[in-house]
Amino acid sequence: MLKTALFDRWRWAVLVPALILALPVAMVFISVFSPQFAVWQHLRQTVLADYIINSLLLAGGTGLGALIIGTSTAWCISQYQFLGRRYLEWLLLLPLAVPAYIIAYTYTGMLDFAGPVQTWLRAQFDWSFGDYWFPEIRSLGGAVVMLSLVLYPYVYMLARNAFSEQSASLSEASRTLGLTPRQHFWKVALPLARPAILTGVALAMMEAFADYGTVQYFGVPTFTTGIFRTWFGMGNAIAAAQLAALLTSFVLFLLLLEKWSRRKIRYYHQGQKHSAPSRRKVSLTKQLGVIFWCLLPITFGFLLPAWQLCSWALANWQRTLDGAFWQLVWNSFSLAAMAALLSVILALVFAYARRLKRDPVVQFPVQLAALGYAVPGTVIAIGVMLPLAWFDQQIDLFAEQWFGIRTGLLLSGTVVALLLAYSVRFLAVSLHGIEAGLERIKPNMDNAARSLGFRPGQVLRRVHIPLLKGSVLTALLLVFVDVLKELPATLILRPFNFNTLAVRAHELASDERLADAALPALAIVLVGLIPVIILARSTERRMRGDE
Amino acid sequence: MLAIEQLAIAYGPHTVVKEISFALAEGQIGCLVGPSGCGKTTILRAIAGFEAPSAGVVRLQGQVVSSVNTQVVPEQRKVGMVFQDFALFPHLTVADNIAFGIAKLSKADKAAKVKALLKLVGLPDLGQRYIHQLSGGQQQRVALARALAPEPKVLLLDEPFSSLDAEFREVLARDIRAILKQLQITAVLVTHDQFEAFAMADMIGVMQLGQLQQWATPYELYHRPASRFVADFVGRGVMLPGTMLDPHQVETCLGIFQQRYLPETKAGDRVDVLIRPDDIVHDDESAIKATVLDKSFRGSHILYTLALSGGEQVYCLALSHHNHAIGEQIGIRLDLDHLVLFPRAHGV
Repeated sequence: MLKTALFDRWRWAVLVPALILALPVAMVFISVFSPQFAVWQHLRQTVLADYIINSLLLAGGTGLGALIIGTSTAWCISQYQFLGRRYLEWLLLLPLAVPAYIIAYTYTGMLDFAGPVQTWLRAQFDWSFGDYWFPEIRSLGGAVVMLSLVLYPYVYMLARNAFSEQSASLSEASRTLGLTPRQHFWKVALPLARPAILTGVALAMMEAFADYGTVQYFGVPTFTTGIFRTWFGMGNAIAAAQLAALLTSFVLFLLLLEKWSRRKIRYYHQGQKHSAPSRRKVSLTKQLGVIFWCLLPITFGFLLPAWQLCSWALANWQRTLDGAFWQLVWNSFSLAAMAALLSVILALVFAYARRLKRDPVVQFPVQLAALGYAVPGTVIAIGVMLPLAWFDQQIDLFAEQWFGIRTGLLLSGTVVALLLAYSVRFLAVSLHGIEAGLERIKPNMDNAARSLGFRPGQVLRRVHIPLLKGSVLTALLLVFVDVLKELPATLILRPFNFNTLAVRAHELASDERLADAALPALAIVLVGLIPVIILARSTERRMRGDE
Repeated sequence: MLAIEQLAIAYGPHTVVKEISFALAEGQIGCLVGPSGCGKTTILRAIAGFEAPSAGVVRLQGQVVSSVNTQVVPEQRKVGMVFQDFALFPHLTVADNIAFGIAKLSKADKAAKVKALLKLVGLPDLGQRYIHQLSGGQQQRVALARALAPEPKVLLLDEPFSSLDAEFREVLARDIRAILKQLQITAVLVTHDQFEAFAMADMIGVMQLGQLQQWATPYELYHRPASRFVADFVGRGVMLPGTMLDPHQVETCLGIFQQRYLPETKAGDRVDVLIRPDDIVHDDESAIKATVLDKSFRGSHILYTLALSGGEQVYCLALSHHNHAIGEQIGIRLDLDHLVLFPRAHGV
């Protein structure tokens, strides 16, 4: 009757998949122990400094951009009463739907020499080539702007929650102590919201470090493009993995910052009543200013690029909306659906095992596996490729020696590799949603079902899954959309001749066929709107619940 | 039927239950009372199999189900439990909740059983409702029916009335006791409310800081408390200072009382004598007078707070037509069945 640790099925159900999920990142770090002196010598003399400096500038610049846009809009939304506030509150989330690489192609199309903006300027002022200076979008600065425009919602969401959870009596106390509203913002509201804002900035910076599509398209050498170049250009997978390890170290620092800030959020909210602050009514001119400021990131982060994509897609749909496009949609959707299902099943098992067993044998591997969200897709792709390629080689060798047949690529060139990479990268997304759902089910529910004669697995099926329907569905959707948008890992790991919407959009854009890339890009943006709608609705529900 | 022997439960270095022993025969209802955090719910969870003991044994029908080496999983114990928050499944109807634990029965048997149980708990028409459509008292009854459906050998009830209005509690406690007695089910109830315990239990255990202070019938607990804590916790009463004249007699401001021989005391020892409100009888003829400090009307009785001539306060439960005003002097007499003495605590 006594189940020893060794025979506990739940421990194994966590340990084995969690270790498989942790393997890719572990492989990347293990690669450090196989020094590649020649390649590193070359890298150090040529591009390594560029990689480091550009990556840091990109992440730092994006963090700063997201901080300014996100915090200022969050403050306006949470503090002022103005026309259309309720709509702007969720419209500000829209840029989340646009992957950075798509906004990058779109703006390039709009702003380059032959694009509508420069053409209009030339026509207006009768300039011709060389007569005027125009900012070059395909640059590091351009990449920072592009990334800031689509990543600021991370800061916006967290800062908005932090600001609106600050009790009304706090600002009243500031006023009675003689502070102006402006002083209250700098001295009280902002310091109180700092952990939340910092968390958002850390998330935005992680995404900036992970970005491949934008910097590759703009020709800015960073870690992610360097990893590609080292592997596919120089043919050295180990050195590429070592570069990936270096990049991951930068990201781990951000991850620690994020975890540390999150703990602080809880601390900073202790003992505060959640009475919603009354929003200040301001003069009409100020209202217009606030509306204008909030409309800026929405316009440049979503409306303008979406409009451009639509116009391209409409102009070319007769040519691009063909069987090949529907094949792309089918590939993308089926791949994303498989990955979502796998990720949610893993999350259910992990979350439930964590609920059953509080011991570190279960807790730690799950936490380790969930760290994948911080690791850039490029890094994960390399970490997946190395062990799977080794495995395929061994099987191939073994089969040839003993049976005289070549097995070729069993796993590394197949959908299995992609699914593994997606599970590593997006487990945290599904796990987060399902754990939050599970937390709402009181532990006595489990106890009641157990005392009525059901084993833990039966309890999960009969009580938790029916109660978790909403959380499971949301988690499925979120992972589905994330997979659909994912570019670098898909680019590296996809089976030969297997294209997805994201890969095709990237390829067409790289070939300067921007108008042709519009249709797949538009499809991704449209699907990307689904989680934004879910987010907006759940926030609204929570706000209503408070009142 | 149920035996707890030397049970101890520890979370890491922190022992929350220390060497508890008690037993219940078939059909007996036991109750653990004590202030919150005293470990009573932990014992219940150990019986159900949700906690593993660090020492000691839990037996069900003579069989060891929990010990340091053995831990029968909860689902195999046939122990029913009614939870403090009821823990009813919100995605199922009342009937499906009750049928949850009898999934193996045939459809017809299940329906018959659910019907019988709904009738037993007094909710014959509510089978198709969902949990959120029920009142607290109705949810309580459904939780009981659900726990009873698999015909458990032992039923555990964790603070079953704490979320209900006071007026419901008494009715429900009486109803539940009647149902348990009718089905001859052994039950353990946990509560912090001694009146619930008195209403439900055959045997009561008083717990403090993880230790069982006393395991006894309600009568014994009230009239022969084993420790000062039990005397304080159960019922109302005051400690009247007294002095031993010899091991047979104690002198208090209300007179000299005979006492069964107490070998551990000697003449001159200072003691406290437990005086319950019903030990003091209102008697207008009595020579001992006391001043009414406060009164609270209890319907058939009035509970007087009285000041004795030496300043000590006692309670007196008098029939309610003996109505006296605050400040009035009334005659009292001590009617002690037996003396309950505790050595004088230091510093009192």
